[in-house]
Amino acid sequence: MRKSEPGSASRHTRVGERLIGALLFASGALSIVATVGIVVVLLTESLGFFAEVSPVEFLAGTRWSPDLVPRSFGILPLVNGTFLVAAGAALIALPVGLATAIYLSEFASIRTKRTVKPALEILAGIPTVVYGYFAVILVTPVLRTLFPGVGVFNAASAAIVVGIMILPMVSSLSEDALSAVPGSLREAAYGVGATRFEVATRIVVPAGLPGIAASFILAISRAIAETIVVTLAAGATPGMTLDLLQSVQTMTAYIVQVSLGDAPSGSIEYRTLFAVGLLLFLITLALNLLSQRMTTRFRESFR
Amino acid sequence: MSPGAPRGGRFDTRLEARRRAGIRFMWLCRLAVAFGVASLVVLLVSLAADGLPALSFEFLTSYPSRFPERAGIRSAILGSAWMLALVAVMSFPLGVGAALYLEEYAPTNRFTTLLKTNIANLASVPSIVYGILGLAVFVRFLALERSLLAGAATLSLLVLPIVNIAAREAIRAVPDSLREAAYALGATRWQAIRHHVLPAAMPGILSGTILGLSRAGGETAPLLIIGALTFIAFDPLSPMDPFTALPIQIFNWTTDPRGEFHALAAGAIVVLLGVLLMMNAAAILIRNRFER
Repeated sequence: MRKSEPGSASRHTRVGERLIGALLFASGALSIVATVGIVVVLLTESLGFFAEVSPVEFLAGTRWSPDLVPRSFGILPLVNGTFLVAAGAALIALPVGLATAIYLSEFASIRTKRTVKPALEILAGIPTVVYGYFAVILVTPVLRTLFPGVGVFNAASAAIVVGIMILPMVSSLSEDALSAVPGSLREAAYGVGATRFEVATRIVVPAGLPGIAASFILAISRAIAETIVVTLAAGATPGMTLDLLQSVQTMTAYIVQVSLGDAPSGSIEYRTLFAVGLLLFLITLALNLLSQRMTTRFRESFR
Repeated sequence: MSPGAPRGGRFDTRLEARRRAGIRFMWLCRLAVAFGVASLVVLLVSLAADGLPALSFEFLTSYPSRFPERAGIRSAILGSAWMLALVAVMSFPLGVGAALYLEEYAPTNRFTTLLKTNIANLASVPSIVYGILGLAVFVRFLALERSLLAGAATLSLLVLPIVNIAAREAIRAVPDSLREAAYALGATRWQAIRHHVLPAAMPGILSGTILGLSRAGGETAPLLIIGALTFIAFDPLSPMDPFTALPIQIFNWTTDPRGEFHALAAGAIVVLLGVLLMMNAAAILIRNRFER
C-alpha cells in the first residue's frame, strides 16, 4: 500500500488527473468483469443443459454417451478418467517432488542448486503441447513394448507425462515451504544430537507440512485441469475403469472433443461443454482455495 | 520410522546405524533429483534428434500441406507472431493499469481486497476454462468468429493476472522516497507515477510481461476450444483473419497417424521452444540488470 499522498492544496490538479484515475480503476475492475463473465457463461449454458438433463443423472450416472442413442449424460466416467490420470501423475510427482525439495533445501551444495533449479524451471516453462508430443512419441511406444496389449491410447502414458509436468511445481513450492522453516528449529535439533537426516525428516518436513500440502493440492489441481497431454495420449473412451493401461477420457479431453466437432450453439452437445466445464471449474476452484488457506496458515505459524 | 531415532524421551546413540539411514535417504533424494533432470535431458535430446533434421529454409517458409515433404510452418509462425503482438497490446496496458490502480490509487477497503483475491484466483483458473469463455463471448456472442482477435482476446484474459501480479510487485518495490520527492516539488499523483514510479518499475514490469507472453505463446487448449484447429495455407493479414499458431500446428501433426508428420511436429517444437526460451532469457536478463 502507498504511504505518501500528493499535497491536497496542489493548484495543478487537472481534469486529466481524474480521467487517468478513472481509466486505471476501470482496468482494475476488468478482473471482476472476467470473473463474472466466466461464472455467467458457465452458469447460463449449464442451466440450459440441466433443463434437459437432471443434475442427479449428470452427477450420479455411470454412462457417458452424449451423441449415441440412447443418450446418457452420467459424468462419472469422465470424472473417473480425470481422477485416474491425476492420481497416477500424483503418484510420480508428489514423492519425487518432495524428495527433490528436501534434497535442495537440506542437503544440496550451492553448486548443485545452481544446476538443478534452472533445469526444473525450464521443465516448468515447457508448453503442454510439447509434453503431449513427448507422451505420444516417446512414452506410449515404450509402454507398448514393456506391456504387450497396451493400446495406442492409454491412461498410463498421460499420467507419467503429466506427473513429470507437475513435478517442478511440487518441488519448487515445497522447497519454498522447507526453506521458510526457521533455522533455529534445525539448530535446536542438532543441539540435542540429531543427525542431518533426522533434522530433515523429523523437524523440517513436519514444520513445513502445511506448505507441502498446499503444493501437493495445487499440483493435483493442475493435473486435473491438464488438457492437451490427456487429449493426445489418453484418448476418448469414457469408462469406469481403474486400469491405467486402458484408454480413458477426461473431462478436459471431452471439452476438446466437443469443440473440435463444431456443435451448433444451443444444441445439447454444445451445452454439455459448459456443464462439464462448470464442474471442472468448481473442482479446481475448491482445490485452489484449499491450497491458499493452507499457505496462509503456514505463514501465520511462523510469524 | 528407523529404529535408531530418538523417541519418547529415551535417547538412542547407535550413531552408525543412524548415519547409514541418513546416507540411504540422501541417495533416495538424489535419485529423485536425477529423475527430474533426466526427464529434461531425454526430452531435449529426443527433440533435437527428431526436430533438427526437419529444420530447413523450406520448412520455415512453406504452408502446411497434406504431403509431409512439402509441409512447413510459415502460417503458424506468422499466426503466433500476430497473436503475441495482439496479446501484448491488450494485456500490457490493462495489466499495468490495474497494477497502478491497486498499488498507487486504491484505498484500503474491502473492494480492494476483493480485487486482489479475485486476481489471485483468476491466475489459477484452468486455461481450458478461458477457452470456454472465449468461445462463448468472443467467438459466438461478439461474433468475432475464429479470428486472430478472438484468440488474442482469450489469451489476453489468461495472461492478464500474470502481468498484473508481476507489475504490482515491481511497483511496490519502488521506494516511497521517490514519490515523496516528486510530491514535494509539486508533482501531481499522475506526474509522480509517469515520471518516477513507472520508469523505476519498468524493468520488473517488462520482464513480467515477457514471461506472460511466453506463456501465451505456448498455450494450446484455449485456442483449440475456440476452434483454431483449421487448415491455414495463407498469410494472416489482419486481426480479423482466421489463423493457426505454432502450438496448434504441433498438436495437429502429433495427432496425425502418419509417422512422417511427427518429425515435422518435432521441428516445429524446436522452433517454438527456441522462441520461448529466448523470451524467458530476455526476461531474466532484464530482471538481473534491474536488481544490480
